[in-house]
Amino acid sequence: MFGGIDLGAANAKCVLMDANGVTLSKAACKTGASFASAAERVFADAIAALALSPGEAAGQRRAEIEAVCSTGYGRASTGLASLTRTEISCQALGCAHYFPGRALTIVDIGGQDTKVIRLDSTGARTDFRMNRKCAAGTGAFLEEMAHRLDIPLAEFDRMARTTSASAPISSFCTVFAATELIARIRTGESKESIIRGIFVSLVKRVRELDPLDGDVALTGGVVAYHAVVADLLSAEIGRRVLVPPDPQFTGALGAALVALKARGARGPE
Amino acid sequence: MPEAPRDKGARKKIVAVGLMKKLMADHFYELDKAAKEGRPKVAWCTSVGPAELLRAMGFLVYFPENHGAVLGATRTANDYIPLANAIGYSPDICSYLTSDVGAFLKGETPLSKAYEGITSVPKPDVLVFNTNQCREVQDWFLWFGRRFKAPVIGVNSYRGVKDVTEAHVEGVAKQIEALVPTLEKVSGNKFDIDALRKTVALSLETTVLWKKVLETAAAVPSPITFFDGTIHMGPAVVLRGTQQAVDYYKALLPELEQRVAEKSGALENERHRLYWDGMPIWGKLREMAELFQSLNTNVVASTYCNSWIFDAFNPKDPFRSMARAYTELFIVRSDEAKEAYIESMVKKFKVTGILFHDSKTCPNNSNCRHGMPQRLKERLGIPFLVVYGDLNDLRCYSEEQAKTSIEAFVEQLER
Ligand code: SF4
Repeated sequence: MFGGIDLGAANAKCVLMDANGVTLSKAACKTGASFASAAERVFADAIAALALSPGEAAGQRRAEIEAVCSTGYGRASTGLASLTRTEISCQALGCAHYFPGRALTIVDIGGQDTKVIRLDSTGARTDFRMNRKCAAGTGAFLEEMAHRLDIPLAEFDRMARTTSASAPISSFCTVFAATELIARIRTGESKESIIRGIFVSLVKRVRELDPLDGDVALTGGVVAYHAVVADLLSAEIGRRVLVPPDPQFTGALGAALVALKARGARGPE
Repeated sequence: MPEAPRDKGARKKIVAVGLMKKLMADHFYELDKAAKEGRPKVAWCTSVGPAELLRAMGFLVYFPENHGAVLGATRTANDYIPLANAIGYSPDICSYLTSDVGAFLKGETPLSKAYEGITSVPKPDVLVFNTNQCREVQDWFLWFGRRFKAPVIGVNSYRGVKDVTEAHVEGVAKQIEALVPTLEKVSGNKFDIDALRKTVALSLETTVLWKKVLETAAAVPSPITFFDGTIHMGPAVVLRGTQQAVDYYKALLPELEQRVAEKSGALENERHRLYWDGMPIWGKLREMAELFQSLNTNVVASTYCNSWIFDAFNPKDPFRSMARAYTELFIVRSDEAKEAYIESMVKKFKVTGILFHDSKTCPNNSNCRHGMPQRLKERLGIPFLVVYGDLNDLRCYSEEQAKTSIEAFVEQLER
């Protein structure tokens, strides 16, 4: 068995897979203040989620794990992994796993940053871009907006879908965007259209990173919890974007694939 | 013969560095003494201002940009930048300027830590700029000119030049010549064309040697890194036009040539070779050097270190050749000319990737804002990475993000 742990700024994710590259279990938790303990927790949760044979204990299954690769912002902060790779490489691998043989432009919207990664049809990375040091266009931006509106973030996706109107939010800066938001509330915009406007502005920030030509795949926690982003990005680029299953786990999956490959095990083509 | 001391990478240490330390100390003490005694006169000069003329007229020459780099490298810049911001010098403008002005407002200089007895930057008798690199230098010098009640004169250069023509050369040469009367008045010395020919000849000699030093990095493995280069360039920057600068590179060059002959690389395992465009991130030089070393990647060449190579100097035609040298400079040129230059460097230094530093407060030296990386990728077929940061203002730099993108870039090259 092989493990991939993605220690993101907001959430930690873990994928365990067998020697054929088949996912056996996964787990996620909030990263919190310590990457090391988040890694322990998410790893233990993924092991606990494995199917057990009768009479088998989770501890026994842990011993079956041959190699672990860590990725993400906190990749160097855990002793569980014998390998590390950047999240850019792991996202690329994880995504290419679902869409083999296709040149892809991957848009990964995480809690703290947004990346665009380009792969050729062999899965080789040809280019990547990260957003600048600003939270606009990331999960942190959504959290801040939810806080300002005093609406649970979990409600955002549903509310945004109830309207086709979107309040324009034009600021680059998260703090100024929040100020605009207050102005919209004052002028009597509906909460739904404000929330849709927030998603539209997030998509616009992504659009600025890259021409987004060819097949576009969307990954990361933001699309996992707010599928409306995929619809809005599709509308923006005029083509349907691809979303892999469990888009918040593609980084961890890619890391597990690195671990598997490093051990020379038979990997998926 | 006892073995030369070795550094971490088990390489022989560069002995010439000892000479550089002495030359730099002499330079600052000499300036300090002159400023205190009022003789010889002190001229402040921009990095590619008419230093040859100033020296020929008997001035000691001080370069505020070098002081700016010291503020960055000692990580004191961020203590001072807010002070300049507070008097109306925006955080968006050159952070050499803001940190230098801020340090002056606070009455401090990192020079006092390095050189006992020096308490301030040397008071200028005249400040001489060349806007070939940016307009900031003029504003910067004007601020100090007002403080010290010293004349501020200079050359307003062309920018965005594709091919340097006679018209450009003529225009700049005339402006340099026009500085002479003021310089005669301030220095009390008469202009002497032979003295100028001499300093131009010394600048030429310096530049030829400095170029050879940098070109040792064309060897595989390279005996130096870009980060070493930013240190070794000290004399080429502050002592251009003097015998001392020539002496330093005469001492340094054979050591590097020896390393090349022995195939002794700056990195133990040089797997990748990159080009750096844009300013250094002064406060993070060591971290950057260590990061690249850990990734077995050598940044072998840079626009920045090359900016003190001036092929055009000609003692027979001093004014016009100075004008040409100052205008042929990379930063003065159009994107077309810059791209052709980078292409030749990529080939000469056998690099497989280009890093562009997008330096927040220096648009003049950030070449990734008008599509150049994308055009070069297309033209050369090699990948690029933009690193977001700043020359001095570390508030504009996210270390984790930069590290991740550099690591990811090298992972991409590994394939
Ligand atoms: S070129 Fe850039 S760093 Fe140098 S003085 Fe001008 S603005 Fe500052």
